[in-house]
Amino acid sequence: MSYILIIGAKSDIAKATAREYAKHGYDLYLAARNVSELDEFANDITVRTQRTVKTVELNILDYQSHQSFYEQLQEKPLGVISAIGYLGEQKKAQSDFNEAKTIMDTNYIGIVSLFNIIANDFEERKSGFIVGISSVAGDRGRKSNYIYGSAKAAFTAYLSGLRNRLYEANVHVMTVKPGFVLTKMTQEMDLPEKLTAQPEDVALDIYNAQQKNKNVLYTKWIWKWIMLIINAIPEWKFKSMSI
Amino acid sequence: MSLMSWGMYPKVKNKVFKFDKEERLQNVITEHNELIAYGNGRSYGDSALSSNIIHMKPHDYFINFDNDRGLLHVQAGVLLSEILESFVHRGWFLKITPGTKLITVGGAIASDVHGKNHHVEGCFSECVEEFTIMLANSEIVTCRKEINPELFKATCGGMGLTGVILEAKIYLKKINSKYIDQTTIKTTNLKETFEAFEEYKELPYSVAWIDCLAKDDEIGKSLLMVGDFRNDGKLDYKTKRKLSIPFNFPSFALNNWSVRTFNWLYYGKVKHRVSKQKVDIDTFFYPLDAIGHWNRIYGKNGFTQYQFILPKETSYQGLEEILKTISDSGKGSFLAVLKLYGKSNENYLSFPIEGYSLALDFKIEKGLFKLLEILDEIVVKYNGRIYLTKDVRVSKETFEKGYPQIETFRQFRKDNQMDKKFHSLQSKRIGI
Repeated sequence: MSYILIIGAKSDIAKATAREYAKHGYDLYLAARNVSELDEFANDITVRTQRTVKTVELNILDYQSHQSFYEQLQEKPLGVISAIGYLGEQKKAQSDFNEAKTIMDTNYIGIVSLFNIIANDFEERKSGFIVGISSVAGDRGRKSNYIYGSAKAAFTAYLSGLRNRLYEANVHVMTVKPGFVLTKMTQEMDLPEKLTAQPEDVALDIYNAQQKNKNVLYTKWIWKWIMLIINAIPEWKFKSMSI
Repeated sequence: MSLMSWGMYPKVKNKVFKFDKEERLQNVITEHNELIAYGNGRSYGDSALSSNIIHMKPHDYFINFDNDRGLLHVQAGVLLSEILESFVHRGWFLKITPGTKLITVGGAIASDVHGKNHHVEGCFSECVEEFTIMLANSEIVTCRKEINPELFKATCGGMGLTGVILEAKIYLKKINSKYIDQTTIKTTNLKETFEAFEEYKELPYSVAWIDCLAKDDEIGKSLLMVGDFRNDGKLDYKTKRKLSIPFNFPSFALNNWSVRTFNWLYYGKVKHRVSKQKVDIDTFFYPLDAIGHWNRIYGKNGFTQYQFILPKETSYQGLEEILKTISDSGKGSFLAVLKLYGKSNENYLSFPIEGYSLALDFKIEKGLFKLLEILDEIVVKYNGRIYLTKDVRVSKETFEKGYPQIETFRQFRKDNQMDKKFHSLQSKRIGI
């Protein structure tokens, strides 16, 4: 038995990733808030794959609870994947600090709190892997979503440092940077078809890349090149653009 | 976002309601009309197109599997390919499967699909123990053949026109191998092809690829492929990485010459009159699924499949006439599939009757619909019928002549106010 812990398990990417790992023989802990809403989904995976799927309540914003959350897992997970993401409303976040804070707390602070605990355990056991789903939005701040982007940028930097630290302990850390993905989070947006991935494609990419110990994964792959171009635009030009 | 069908014709604007929760679907049904459920978009024509489309693929949970009875309970958006992925290695296969595994269970019921074993096992409805469906008044009903026979007979093969199928319990069949022992019989004309079908009737799976451009004495020359599962215990089924057609081919890529060359190579590759092969599930049942977006080879104008069936008594004469008409027209079809079917069932609109069916793919181009109308006349003359799941253009008159139970179906829809809520472009065209 080998469990993978998936946090933020209600998201479409998380659900597709859960199915992908179960298909390859892993058991699962699915963690989310109001986790009973995932009961039918957990059953779906069990019927499909005959794997054990356990749901665990987790409030990523309740930092005090994270230690006991991790301790209650009887068998410690082989790896952890965070699919937590809260896009929020950029416009609102510019004038309402509570919205800005929720975006930062959810996408960054909360995960740091939990990942610190897990990273210490993995380091001590000298095994395990950590996958953080960040975003291409963290590669360069844009006016349309820079509060979300800045939280993801912080998360990306955190994962990079964690990877560096845990290298010695043989614990692998992977940063995932999805571009557009067709999910509940993006359903109101008009996304360009060729650049937009299905959650299942992202899940398969994550599984394959994690098995190969990749450090940074752009998915779809083309986003690596898109971001290379976006990052190459000089700031004096970039500041006047609307992209 | 507008959805298309597999034939990429017609291209029409539609509003898409992605399935989320049953309560929300109830609202959609209450507030809108001209609704039709859409599964994975693999029906060829306009049977799942309408101004308001309910996208059912997100409704895709497995609910239960009863290992003793081989009974699988799933939500309607589950794909057949997902069932295979989960169950072949455990020794289970679909009792009835069409030539693609990329369709939803809901779609399989609505089209009452059939496969290479129709002459033995019948249509998909044979493996359905029960399904739940949301009706026009947004009520959810559990339907079984014994309990609600009318709803069952109207829904299986009813092209989504009775409501939105939500869940189904279907029987799987035991297998002990992922391999099939296949026998290929090469025939040189229609008479030989018919004789071969009869000769190998005892085998559960059969289908023939037919060279529809052959002329004169060679009309009806085919490769008949028959087979059954092996019994070697090898069940480690994995879907292979697939190729994909990345963009629409230019529409001239498929022409009389290229089809003729393909047919010559395909037929010529088989050297002996009778040969044997060991092939896996995907090769035997789903050869085209190996190529993603294969519909793009027909170009951006799209294509259609013309599939009809003739009663056994008139099959030989009718097919000869139709094949000659196609051959003379010079409009080639890559995929031309001939099969001997078993007895028909009681469902009002299920396609199969006992006899021979031919399916032909044509790209949409000038003159095609004219040719198909000529073929319609021959089909009607020989008491045949057209398969709605493939159709995009048949007239009301031709359709009605093929389906004697159409009035029962219409009345059932009226009695239950289904005709006020559920419509596809096809149902409007043919008046059902």
